[in-house]
This record gives sequence, structure tokens and C-alpha cells, in this order.
Amino acid sequence: MKEKETEALTKKLIELVERLGDLEIENVEIKAEELTLILQPVIGAMVQAPQLLPKVEEKALETLLKAEFSPPIEAYPGEVVEVRIGATKSDGGSRRKVVKIGGEKTMPFYSFELLNPNRPAFTMDVFDMPITLAKSVMQHFEDVMQDPADWAKKCVEDFGADIVSLNLVSTDPTIKDVSPKDAAKTVEKVLQAVDAPLVIGGSGNKVKDPLMLEAAAEVASGERCVLNSANVDNDYKRIVSAAKRYGHVVVAFTPMDINNQKKLNRLLLDEGLPKEQIIMDPTTAALGYGLDYTISLMERIKLSGLLGDSDLQMPILSPSSNAWGAREAWMKSEEFGPKEYRGPLWETVTAITTMMAGGDLFMLSHPATVRVLKGLVESLYEEVDVEHVYKPSKKIQDWITDIGV
Amino acid sequence: MPEKASLLSIYSYLPQTNCGECGEPNCMVFVSKLLERKANPEDCPPLKKPKYKEQMAKLVELLVPPIREVKIGVGEDVVKIGGKEVMYRHELTYHNPTAIAIDVSDLMDDGKIVERCRAVEAFSLVRIGERLRLNMIAVRCASKDPDRFSYVTSLVARSCKLPLILCSFDPKSLRAALEGGQVANRRPLLYAATEENWREVSELAKQYNCPVAVFALNLGSVKSLTKTLKARGIQDMIIDFGTHTEGGLLKESVNNSVMVRRVAVQRGDKDMGYPIMFIPAMVWMGEEVDPVTTSYKEAYIASLFLNRYADLIITHTMEVWSLLPVITLRQNIYTDPRKPVSVDSGLRTIGSPHEKSPVLLTTNFSLTYYTVANDLESAGIDCYLVVLNTEGLAVEVSVAGGQFHPSDIKDIFSSVNMEEKVKHRKLIIPGLAARLKGDIEDSTNWEVIVGPRDSSQIKGFLSKYWG
Ligand code: SF4
Repeated sequence: MKEKETEALTKKLIELVERLGDLEIENVEIKAEELTLILQPVIGAMVQAPQLLPKVEEKALETLLKAEFSPPIEAYPGEVVEVRIGATKSDGGSRRKVVKIGGEKTMPFYSFELLNPNRPAFTMDVFDMPITLAKSVMQHFEDVMQDPADWAKKCVEDFGADIVSLNLVSTDPTIKDVSPKDAAKTVEKVLQAVDAPLVIGGSGNKVKDPLMLEAAAEVASGERCVLNSANVDNDYKRIVSAAKRYGHVVVAFTPMDINNQKKLNRLLLDEGLPKEQIIMDPTTAALGYGLDYTISLMERIKLSGLLGDSDLQMPILSPSSNAWGAREAWMKSEEFGPKEYRGPLWETVTAITTMMAGGDLFMLSHPATVRVLKGLVESLYEEVDVEHVYKPSKKIQDWITDIGV
Repeated sequence: MPEKASLLSIYSYLPQTNCGECGEPNCMVFVSKLLERKANPEDCPPLKKPKYKEQMAKLVELLVPPIREVKIGVGEDVVKIGGKEVMYRHELTYHNPTAIAIDVSDLMDDGKIVERCRAVEAFSLVRIGERLRLNMIAVRCASKDPDRFSYVTSLVARSCKLPLILCSFDPKSLRAALEGGQVANRRPLLYAATEENWREVSELAKQYNCPVAVFALNLGSVKSLTKTLKARGIQDMIIDFGTHTEGGLLKESVNNSVMVRRVAVQRGDKDMGYPIMFIPAMVWMGEEVDPVTTSYKEAYIASLFLNRYADLIITHTMEVWSLLPVITLRQNIYTDPRKPVSVDSGLRTIGSPHEKSPVLLTTNFSLTYYTVANDLESAGIDCYLVVLNTEGLAVEVSVAGGQFHPSDIKDIFSSVNMEEKVKHRKLIIPGLAARLKGDIEDSTNWEVIVGPRDSSQIKGFLSKYWG
């Protein structure tokens, strides 16, 4: 009954707001959209507030009052599409397995509603030339930095990466200006070295990237790689057409704006690229350097998709290794303590945060982060039998006495 | 009631005189401030007159947040938690940041206890102009000895001014601490009332007017407890449904948090409308714990729950490298999501620059700008800082995304007569914008020097490259 009332009420208010349009009050302008946002919580409060403290005589109750708790399940009209990365022999590729991401039917880890079908996946960064990395990352890769194939192998075999993210930075005209053709050879080499799927990334040069990604797409034909990235500043049409022709997935990158993300998605869809071949990268800022924007951006995108906005129903890529851009991750500092621990933890916390906000695929640099995140996902997906859970766990109750000094 | 529930219904409770005493031009603006929680009904002076008594009461009731705001402690250091009204931070700024309590065991030596309390109280880090602190001390009755607990809680109270949490499931220990005389008047949080001890603990909470945590592993039992305690006249409660830190049980803790918050915020379940606490310190249980991996784990478990409605956490480590990411995340989560992302573009002066001073470039993303400006100021560098409009994006993102327009630099130069301000023609650009060196040189005709990737290194860089 109460829910119905709330629902009707919300509807009415939103209608009212829409009818009023943008409200202009002296000195304040409230956009209809904002007003809806501001009002929602208030509506909640309005409906719920009138329950004053029950005027029960305060008495020494002898027994506990009984109460039931039932999980508040909600239904969402929309869902996120599932994107398959990598192709096995039967699909015309040579990868050992396909990594599936997305497909969410509820918000991240709301598993009391249902367990979303695909676990978050983790890709590790590999570069096609030795580059400057934070010392605590570098120490794990020093022996393989000369060869992207070895580097990729180490990520998969030693550190458990699901996917390898090969960044062809040497193609940048201001770095080595390696030709698209030569870059494509590196892609071939890495495809032969590992049987995990690949994300192929450019240097960020808007002229060169589309050419390079096109060449890479061709040599990797049928492998269902992820081309990173198409954006409004580069020749995204070229990238999309290569992805369609050779069967790859495209990252749609926008800098921190849900509306721009939506527009770009629309552009790619209009080029005939199916939703199942698009992953969004709405920008992951580092912990302490704008991560707050990323949290809200991802939550809004995920919610919009679940509520039925079909232009925002693609899985989300979170390049959490951006955390290493934060000085707290790499700077030597007496005050902050050893950077060997602080660095990976900075990346770990950045990644956990975007995972809880709705990320599906994570780019990471440090092996410790991959290990921790995989472990967490394992826990968050583990089936537990409810009887066992709710038997008062002795362990938890003993924390007061069982933590050391 | 339903048809009145609108912006106008709130307005209807106001005096509607547009007198301006609240500091707003009219009542409608005041309504919008109320909606954004930037004002309280008491800020309208006429509403406090006797004739509006009833309207005031209705308005207050209308604006009660679904999650009760609970205060722990007294005076300046009081900790306020809860008061939440939404599920997602983009809906309305979260306020009352998660309180962080550090544990103290009553089995520690007296000297160590005093030292630890002082360290917690003194802990302070400044990030983007904000002082970040630890907020409370949680005293654990590990000795199981009421006398020792009473002694130690008094010692803690004497050693620091922070609000306290008294942790014991044994009502005798809690009572001993409260009767000790130094703790009760500080309004500590009593941890915890359970299905076993609720009679005695709720009695103590009433007698000493203290907030109380309820602990049960089953949400039905949690609700039973809050309901019962409320019926006994207790209002300030905090919910603990167990902090599981591993295996499938961790999933249950995450689920419980969302469910509790959802029934309270969206379904009007007042019995669950209380702040939620987590105890990441749990990871330290057991005999042989490795200090490094455990500090690491404590930080990410805390972070996980900060992302799932933690209003209060109890942690153990005092390692700054482990605490820093957690308090930084707290700062991020509690930042107003609607605050401007950018500062004005144009030219700034740092210190007192002259015609030979360096000219540096940064973007108008507020975080980038404040970080750079702060680094330059604290290094005592006199210089000009050109702030480029990159639509509020950081250097790396704007270079990649095409919002970093070299031609805009030239426009700024000509609008402020840059070429008259300095004799040289050298511009230092961020290391992360190195790729645009040629473009900037072409459009400005200045020599471009690629600076460090992080502004913390500017001082060293300048002394090397700027005579
Ligand atoms: S003080 Fe009250 S009555 Fe006067 S303008 Fe403000 S809200 Fe209206």
C-alpha cells in the first residue's frame, strides 16, 4: 500500500515538475531535471515522516519485540548488454577462452536481488616500449620491458590477468613514430605469445590512432579484441568500420560527462556498430584527484541503463591504473610512509571504488591489485548457504577480545 | 496529503511574507535552500513566533531525514553521523562524513595507551585545503575485567578529548566504565546491545543518556532490537550487523548494508533508519597477523564499506600509508558532487614575479589548479601561472580528449599583455602535455620547455633549468 502511494506520488510530482518546466525564482534557477533530483529524497521523507515515536508507555519490556525483515527487491526495466571479449577456435579466433563482461540486471553486487551474470574482469597494462613507470610497478616488469610479448606473458601467467592491454605508445609521432604496419606486427607477436584476449590501445594521438587501430584490427581479424579508443576527436568512423569488418569491440571514451558519453554511444550505434561491440570509458580519475566524479558518473550511467536508457546499456571500462598519476602513489615521503605499499594500495582503493560504482573491466598495473581484486570478486560471488551465515559466528563476536594490542 | 506534497507544500508552511529576515530575497528561495539542506526551518525567524508553532512542527517533521543523525561526544569534538537521505551521492550531497575510530585495548600498558590516544588526536593531514582527521577512540574491554576497563576508559578520557566508544558485550564492564566518573559526561557510544544483554545495556543508555549500538548478525534481530530500544525511549542508535571480511560472508555484509539503507530511505522503515557501522579492525583477529598485509587489507576492507554506506568505522592500524587512502576516499565521497569542476582561466601571479620570472602553464580543473598553485606557493616560487580552459579537465585527460587547445594560450597572452610582463619568451608546460610542445610553439612563437610530470618536482626543475 505504502509503496503504491509513494509511486503515485513520485509520478505526480515529476509530472508537476515537468509541467512547470524550468522554474525561475528570483535569484535561483532550478532546472526541471535538478528539481526532480532534489525532490525525490524529500518525497521519501514526506511519505515516511509522520510516524512519530509510538506513544508506548516506556516500560521495562521483558521480551524483545518481534520484527521481520524481508529483502527489499526491486525490478529494473532495463539491463546492460553482455560484451564478449576474445574469440576461441569455434568462433574463428585462437584465444583459449572468451571473457564476458556486462549483462547486469541490477546494481553492482546487489546480490540479494540477484547475482549479476558476469564477474568483473581484469586486464594488465603492457607497453610496446620501455616507459617510465612508478618504481613499485617497474620492479615487477624490469626483466620483460624490452619485449611486449614477454611482458604480456608475465601478466597472464604469473599475475593472473584475464586480458592483456597492449598500449602501442611508440606510434606517437613525438615518441618513435612507429608505423601502423609495424605496430600491427607487435600485435601479432603478442597474440601468438599469449592465449588471453587483447585490448589494443593507441598513443592518444588523434591522427595516428585510427590508422594504427585499423591496421591492428586487420591482423587480429576474428580475435575479437578491444580497440581503445574511439572518441569525438578522432576518426571514430574508421575505427568502427574496422571493428565491424574484422569483428572487434570498440571502447567509446569521453572525458567525464554522461551526456557526452551518451552522444558518443549514439554516434557509434548510428554507424551500425551493435551495442554488444561497445564498451564505455567515461574516465576514471585517481583516488584523491576527482574519483568522486567518477563514482557518480558510473552510478548514474549504470542506473540509467537499468532504468531503460538504451544508449547507456554498455559495460564500463575503468582504467584504474590512472591511480598511479596521483603523487601519493609514487612520491617519496617520510610523512606518508613507504611508497612500496602506498602505491599499490592507491591503485587497489581506486579500483575497488570504481568496481562498487559499476565498472566491468579494469585496467591495472600492479600485480597486488589484481590479486586483491580477484579475491574480493571471488568473495562477492561465493555462494553461501543462509543457515550457515546466520548461525552467530563466534569469530565476529569475539573481536573485542581477539584483536592483539 | 499526497496532492500537497510539492515544493509548494513546503512553501505553504512558511509565513510567506517575503520579509527577507532569513537572508534570502523571498520565501521561495528559502524553500530551495531547505530542499538542498543548506538551511533549517529555524533560520526563518518569523517561523519561531508562537503563532507559527504548529507550522514549524510540521515543517520540521517534513524535513526529518530518513536516517537519524546521531551525535557522539560533547563539545567541540562531537562527532555527528548519519542524517542521510539518499541512496546515491549524485542525488544530494552526502553530509556527515564517515567517522573513523581507532581502537585501544585495555590490555595495553598504560604508557602505550596514553601515547596511542595522543597520536590519534594529533593525527592530521591537509589535502586540498581541508584538514583530515581521525575522529574517535574505541576502547575494547579485552581484559573482561570491569575494574580494568573502568580504569582504562578513564585514562583514555584523560589523555584525549576525542569522543569514545565503550566496547564490551558485558553490561557490567560498560557500567563500571560509566560509573568510573570520567567517561559518562562525555556521552560515549555504548557498544553494544545484543539479543542477550539488551535489557541491561538499554538501561545504561537511558540512565546516562548515551547513544547505543545494536549488534546482531540477522537483520530481523537487528530490527527487533532497534524497535524494542525505541519503545524503551532510546532514540540514538547505530546499527552493526557484523563486518565479515572474507569469503561469501563478506558478500552478506555488503548486501546487508544496501538492504538496510534501502528500506530506510526508500521504503520508510523507521526501525532501520539509523547510521551503520563497520569494524574493519576485525582483520587483526588471531595470533599471527602480518602487520603489512593486514594493514593493507584493513584499508581496502574499510574502503569497500565506505563505498557502501559506512557512517562509522573502527580500525586498528596507525600506519599513515594505510590510513591515507581511506581518509582520501572519505574526502572524495563526501565532496559536493555539484561543486564546480573548474576555476576561471586566465593569468595568475604567484608571489611577486618580475620580468625574468618563469611562466608556467596548467589547466582549469580545480584539483589540478589548486595542487599546482599550492606547490608553487609552498616552494616560494615567484612566477606567472597561465590557467588554460580545458573544460575543467586534468592535463592528461584534456590532452587525450582534445580539450587542451594550444591556440587559447595565445589568446590569454594577448589579453593580459604577457609579452610586456616578461622579457623572455619561454613557457614551461606540464610534462603530461609534452605531446603538444610543437603545436604550442607554433601558435605562440614562444620557446616551450617541457616541465615535470608532477608539480611537486617544479622546484628542483626550476633550479636546474631556470638560472
Ligand atoms: S524569513 Fe521566513 S518569512 Fe521571511 S522571507 Fe525568509 S522564509 Fe520568508
